[in-house]
Amino acid sequence: MRELLIEKQVITAEEVRAAVETLDSRTAAGGAKVVAHAWCDPEYRQRLLNDGPAACRELGIDIGPTRLIVVENTQAVHNVIVCTLCSCYPRMLLGLPPDWYKAREYRSRVVREPRSVLREFGTELPDNVAVRVHDSTADMRYLVLPLRPAGSENLGENRLAELVTRDCMIGVTRPVMLP
Amino acid sequence: MQPGNAMPGQSHPPRGAHDLGGLPAGPLQRDATHEPEWWEKRIDALLTLLGDAQRRLIRTDELRRAIESLGEDVYTTHTYYERWTLAIATLLLEKGVLSSEELDARVERIRRGTPTADR
Repeated sequence: MRELLIEKQVITAEEVRAAVETLDSRTAAGGAKVVAHAWCDPEYRQRLLNDGPAACRELGIDIGPTRLIVVENTQAVHNVIVCTLCSCYPRMLLGLPPDWYKAREYRSRVVREPRSVLREFGTELPDNVAVRVHDSTADMRYLVLPLRPAGSENLGENRLAELVTRDCMIGVTRPVMLP
Repeated sequence: MQPGNAMPGQSHPPRGAHDLGGLPAGPLQRDATHEPEWWEKRIDALLTLLGDAQRRLIRTDELRRAIESLGEDVYTTHTYYERWTLAIATLLLEKGVLSSEELDARVERIRRGTPTADR
């Protein structure tokens, strides 16, 4: 298919190579940078919650044409994202989704029994914390803004970003202080 | 609609094979995870290019429609990027960008291992 499209001059081999390179360059480090900045700058945090794509652009990350809603974890609410219909994912901020995110088990179960799915990730939420599951679509992606972990008050933005993993921006884990 | 007739949702069409939300399923297979292979990234890149502002040949929603129309057998027996590949091929055929003769001939040639100009 690729060969035919190249022969027909719909695409070039060079464009494919460059697009794969772009794909490889997108990792969860982009999302981590956004989260760490929001933890350090309350006004930025508010802008991020109000208009995700614009706030990401401020840090040089282009979300493209899809909409992005950033959902904030608090002491009372924990957010999780999924795409039950396919695998929609904030890939501009997190890179390509892991296999389990695209698999039947996660997509089926997390909307019905999120707490037990989170338990499989080692995340045990107290009963008084509400769980909100956000089902993405092709045009609407979500990102979880996790809670800044206790004990991280003295860390700078770069060190904070190291605590922010892909899984905590999906909402299946919570950031913890590194030993 | 008659009042008190039918429960809400009763008239919904049957679920597609892609529509998994809320269905029973086993534990997550987190160990089965793999890094995307070169051909998977290439398919992903191909879709990005086919949908970019310069080409506008395939939109995300069209890809979804094509994947969701693969049918349950195909959907459940193919991997994620295999489904993408089939769906992209379907759309390129529909839009007349490629013909099925061309595609079949090329797949056959690659199967037989005949070298092609660009690998």
